[in-house]
Amino acid sequence: MTMVYEDRGDDAAVEVPMRRIRFTINGEKKIAEVEPRLLLSHLIRRGVGLTGTHMGCDTTNCGACTVLVDGKAVKSCTMLAVQVDGRSVETVEGLATASELHPLQEGFKQEHGLQCGFCTPGMMMAAKALLDRNPDPTEEDVRWALSGNLCRCTGYQNIVKSVLWAAAKLRPGTADPDAAE
Amino acid sequence: MYPSRFRYEAPHSLDEAIGLLHDGGDYAKVLAGGQSLVPLMKLRFASPELVVDINNVPGLGYHRADPDGTLRIGALCRHADLEHSDLLPGTQPTMAAAAPLIADPIVRNRGTLVGSLCHADPQGDWASVVLSLGGSVVAQGPGGRRTIPVADFVLGPFENALHPDEIAVEAVIPAAKGVRAGGYLKLERRVGDFATVGVAVSIETAAPGGTVTRAGIALTGVGGATIAATEAAQALLGQPLSADSIGRAADLAAAAAQPRTDHRGSAEYKRHMVRTFVERILSRADHEAERAA
Ligand SMILES: Cc1cc2nc3c(=O)[nH]c(=O)nc-3n(C[C@H](O)[C@H](O)[C@H](O)COP(=O)(O)OP(=O)(O)OC[C@H]3O[C@@H](n4cnc5c(N)ncnc54)[C@H](O)[C@@H]3O)c2cc1C
Ligand code: FES
Ligand code: FES
Repeated sequence: MTMVYEDRGDDAAVEVPMRRIRFTINGEKKIAEVEPRLLLSHLIRRGVGLTGTHMGCDTTNCGACTVLVDGKAVKSCTMLAVQVDGRSVETVEGLATASELHPLQEGFKQEHGLQCGFCTPGMMMAAKALLDRNPDPTEEDVRWALSGNLCRCTGYQNIVKSVLWAAAKLRPGTADPDAAE
Repeated sequence: MYPSRFRYEAPHSLDEAIGLLHDGGDYAKVLAGGQSLVPLMKLRFASPELVVDINNVPGLGYHRADPDGTLRIGALCRHADLEHSDLLPGTQPTMAAAAPLIADPIVRNRGTLVGSLCHADPQGDWASVVLSLGGSVVAQGPGGRRTIPVADFVLGPFENALHPDEIAVEAVIPAAKGVRAGGYLKLERRVGDFATVGVAVSIETAAPGGTVTRAGIALTGVGGATIAATEAAQALLGQPLSADSIGRAADLAAAAAQPRTDHRGSAEYKRHMVRTFVERILSRADHEAERAA
């Protein structure tokens, strides 16, 4: 993968070898040639071409860039791409199957969990990490798990409802999450 | 934003990592959780020539108690591991209180306690917690290991006592002689913000509600470095907790703070909060001891 950077004149002295990394993203095996300073968010967006992972702040504050690495939620703007060598990455594109939305996506649709949608991929991935660990969260659990993700539109109420909707849908025996409310 | 160029190594053993640091020249950096280092590199406040990523070194993710109760926290034990730990509640009230208050849940998945001590940010919460407990850091270099009390480890803002070719391999919290009580309270503007004011209090008594035999109070975010409120802690010694001793410790802790007025609040307000937090933690400890007795 060729990366084009601004030339700020300060890097010329350091020769840095490219590194070859192998990783899986949404279940697909990949090999990439990366410079060590490439961020995971850049690898995902520009390298793999999956632009669902959004860059909000680029300063580790907003959580829009949240993806799962080996099942744990991380801010991809704050991890080096070389660090996923041998690891598995999940992004928002991995949620839906060819024919069906993931219950989280359905939940955000049913409960109007988004307005502009910029924060949504990060919200969903942080929520997925929560539901993988705790299939029956309380409202407080959901608020706590999403407290590293900022939304400038919704006021969070509907995001929390969306995640609870998805949790109900994912639990065995709940046919209709709306009826469960 | 992206960091300036650097050479990257991800060794699989501590010896290899130390060798790389030793040969790496002046500007090599250890990468642990990366939740302070990577943002600094992106802002170009740090531009190391060599980054030694220790995340592939096996056996550093632990936190465990020795048979005598000494707690050891490995260099790759994440904030989240401590937040969800079964080991801390009950025996380590100050640590258990602080863990969920560090940064936000996603940052806690990567960031480490040991990395936080190394980073020596005056607004880092763990340095106060470990200082209040009289803890230390074990450093390993080409010549072997040495143990550095955290009071001597954190030298100043963003400065620690490690040699360039040393790695902090674990933090150590000494076993309590008797019952440990205390807590950590933090005033923050929102989740994930650094402390406007943070207060760590750790005390030991022979039995619940008994005479205080050891006390530590440390302050976050109210000075150019983590502050040990030594006189405040001393005011608690040699007697059971009482409204009187708690009030004196709270006053002395407030006097030890060196807050500055900034966007997080006025100096006066911050000093007042130090007093309030010391009082709140100790009163709560007192009530809990009464209930236990
Ligand atoms: C949005 C955000 C909010 C935050 N809020 C808080 C907060 O409220 N309270 C708080 O305390 N912290 C906060 N932090 C910082 C966070 O706790 C970091 O995890 C911590 O400061 C550093 O730990 P790390 O493992 O990420 O270290 P790194 O970022 O990997 O390293 C930090 C520094 O320590 C050195 N280092 C790390 N480990 C070692 C080692 N084993 N041996 C030698 N040197 C080492 C590195 O070389 C580097 O200089 C926040 C961070 C972010 C991004
Ligand atoms: S873009 Fe990564 S946290 Fe905002
Ligand atoms: S929907 Fe716009 S930022 Fe969350």
